[in-house]
This record gives sequence, structure tokens and C-alpha cells, in this order.
Amino acid sequence: MRTTTSRPADAPRTSTVVAALLRKELRVELRSFEAVPAMSLFSVTTFVLFHFALQRNALSGELASGVLWVTLLFAAVLGINRLFVADAEQGGFDGFLLSPAGRSALLYSKALTLLAYLIVLELVAVPGFALLLLQPALWPALPGLLAVLALGDLGIVVIGTLVGALAVRTSVRDLLGPMVSLPLLVPVLLCAARASSPVLASARAGALPLRWLLTLALYDLVFGLITFAVFDFLLED
Amino acid sequence: MYGKRLRPLALTTFAALTLTLALAFFWAPNDADQGFLQKIFYIHVPLAIVTLCGFVYGGIAGIAHLRTRDSRWDMRSYVAIHLSLVFGVGVLVTGSIWAKGSWGVWWDWSEPTLVSFLLIMLLYATYQPLRFAIEDPERQARYASVFAITAGAFVPINFAIVRLSTAYLHPRVLGDISGNLPGRFQVVFYLSLVSIGLLWITLWRYEMTSKHARAQLRALRRLLAGDDDDIPAPRRSAVPVLTASARPAGEGGGVGSAR
Repeated sequence: MRTTTSRPADAPRTSTVVAALLRKELRVELRSFEAVPAMSLFSVTTFVLFHFALQRNALSGELASGVLWVTLLFAAVLGINRLFVADAEQGGFDGFLLSPAGRSALLYSKALTLLAYLIVLELVAVPGFALLLLQPALWPALPGLLAVLALGDLGIVVIGTLVGALAVRTSVRDLLGPMVSLPLLVPVLLCAARASSPVLASARAGALPLRWLLTLALYDLVFGLITFAVFDFLLED
Repeated sequence: MYGKRLRPLALTTFAALTLTLALAFFWAPNDADQGFLQKIFYIHVPLAIVTLCGFVYGGIAGIAHLRTRDSRWDMRSYVAIHLSLVFGVGVLVTGSIWAKGSWGVWWDWSEPTLVSFLLIMLLYATYQPLRFAIEDPERQARYASVFAITAGAFVPINFAIVRLSTAYLHPRVLGDISGNLPGRFQVVFYLSLVSIGLLWITLWRYEMTSKHARAQLRALRRLLAGDDDDIPAPRRSAVPVLTASARPAGEGGGVGSAR
């Protein structure tokens, strides 16, 4: 029994709607290959750029962590910019609003889509980084790094979904998206870079700084709640 | 509505600011370490606090706008953020001058308050471009409120996180104000906080009055012309449109209610 009062009684369950929307998103991406290949390629290109810009063959510790997170962040911004474009241009929003589904279903499905994009991006970017730039071996660092990546992705997902929806129906969406999202993502970058730098230090994988992970988790939680609270207002017209 | 008692308020603000500056320069003792340079503290810190409160108020007005759909709340939020942006530039400039004077550099990354303030300014700098990029006034107002709420919540969180990340360097004025500041410093500091707060409120009300007067004027012109088509539509702009008060008086005396 659904307890939500704002929806008609015969409205579909949110989980059903989210699953259907997610399937649609992934199918569109698999057919068009608009976002994820560009994000992955961009990340590898950025590693090459950092190699030449920093004039280093191998990185470790703080530098490695910073380069990895800046690259992931910029690649994620590419995905954030594309996240709602098809809905705005090809009537996806209208179709969704005409359906009896609750509005938060769109938020959940878009957030999961962005999370999927980020996971695929990291499947390319992290091994690529280990191969091209990282000095210490990846394997001992991997468990700690995965924990930081998971929390960092969560932060990018909640902020990216909100800003993507905010920017997509403006006349300069490609400029506004990064301009609004990057300042909001600075705390994510700050915590994630601090948390992963001892993990990527050259001597041996250091302990995971719990303080930064907790701060990052808290930030994710707070912005998750904010996104949940205000997202509906971006959808009414 | 906003013009009422504006002149006494402006005069009070003027007197309070004059008194603050006089006391700061002639009554409060010179700082033992920093000497005369420390006087900028009486401008810089209250200015920063008032700016941040203005941003947070912008977010609260944004919540009120989304709840009530009253375009006047959007106007309040817009004017608050607009004004705080101007004040914020003042904070960055006075902060830089203070940093140059006391630490010898214009900018210091190990100073969390400075860094978080810059981040907040970078975020709010996108507020007006965002508004300008949306043509439909209703949607512009709604999206701007969503932005104002998100950014308003970002203000305190961002301060907490950036402060965690760096060693303390700034004199922690608010943290231990009773233990650290001698009596006269404290009196002048609070007085300055009040008078700069008054300055913000006065300027906010001046701008609100002006915006309302303009909306009223447009409504009256439309009424005189008798036909909406004769008055050219306003250019696309980042300024909110006051729909409630800009309505012609024929529909239940909307013009009168704007006063």
C-alpha cells in the first residue's frame, strides 16, 4: 500500500517507474554512445595532458590523488552536461510529466544513470591512471581507493543531478552547468583528495583517513536531502 | 510598502556608521601586534558576517517563494543576493588588504575563512547569469529560488568543511570573543556589526522600494494605455517580474495593493 497522498491511487510504484526509466536511459546511451565514451576518452587524454604539464612520468601521494580527482571531476562534468539534454530537446520532460508517475522517480533514475556513467568512467580512468601515471602499485591501494571513489561518486551524483536539471533549460546550458557545479563540488574534491592521498602514497598504502571519509559522507547526505527537497520544483511547467 | 519610514532608517544607519568609525579610530586602543592596521577588522569582519547572513536570507526567501508562489518573495531573494554580492566584493578587497598588511601576501590559501568566502562568491557569481539565461519569468523565478536555497545551504556547510581542512591562522574572533578581546574592542565590534547590518537593511529596502515603484509605474502606464499591446514588453533581464503588483487595476485593484 502506497502512503503518498499526492498521487492518484492507480499510480505505478516508484520502483517500477525508476527501473523503467533507468532501462530507457541505459538503452539510449548504449545506442547513441553520447556521454560515456567521451567521458572515458577525456579522462585518458587529461592524464596525458598532466604528464606533459607537470613534466612527471610517475606520480604518488598528494599529487597523484589531486590529478586523479581533478580528472574525474572534469570528466563527470561532461556527463552532467549531457544528462538531461535528450529530455529537454526531445520532449522527455513532457512525456514524463504527462505520465502518472511521481516526480521523484525522475530524480532517482537520473541519479542512478549518472552513477552508472561514473562507474564505467572509473573502470577506464583508474586502470588508465595506474598504467600511465601512478607510481605505487594499484592493488594494495585498491580497497581504500574504492571506498573514497564510492563516496566521491555519491557526492558528484547528488550535485550533478540537481545542477544538470537546473542548467539544461537555460540558453547557455553548456556554460552554466560547470560554472554552478564546480564550486558546489569543491568540498567533494577537497575531502576525496585528502582521503585518497595517503592511500596512493609511494611507500605503502597508508591508512584511510576516516575523518575525511566521514566529512564526505556527511556532505553527500546533506546535499542528497537538499536535492531531494528542491528537485520537484525544477519540473513544473 | 518598503518606502515607509525609510528616511529615519537611513539617518539612523548614517549616525550608527559615523559613530562606529569614530569609536574605532579614536576610542578603541591600537592592537598590540598589528597596531593601526587592525582597525580594518571593524569593517572587514562585520561586512563578511552581514554578507553571509544576506545570502542565507536569500535562501530563506527562496523557500518562501517556492511555498507561496508570490513573486515578491522572489524579488526579496533577488535583492538580498544582489546586495550581498556587492558587499562580498568589499569583503574580499578588505580581506586582501588586511592579509597584505599583516601577513605580507595578498592571498593566503592556509586561511580557511578567506578560501571558503571565495568559493561562496564564485558560486553566487553564477546567480545572475542563471537568471538571465531563462526567458520565461515564472520559470526564471522558480529556478532562481532553487539555486538560492541550494547555495544558501552551501554557505554554512562549506565554511565548516574548508575550516576543517586547514590549520588555524586567522584570529578566531567569534569563537572566543570573551576570552580574547578586551572590552573596548568588543563594544566597537558589536556596534560595527549592528551598523553594517543596518546599512544592508537600508540598502535592501531602498532597492525593494525602487523595484516596486517601477513595477507600479509599468502597471499604471498599462492602465493608461488601456491595452497591453501598446506597452512594449520589458527586455529579457535577470530582474524578477512582480506579477502580483504589475497587474492592471481592473482586476481587483492590483495597483493599489502594490503600495
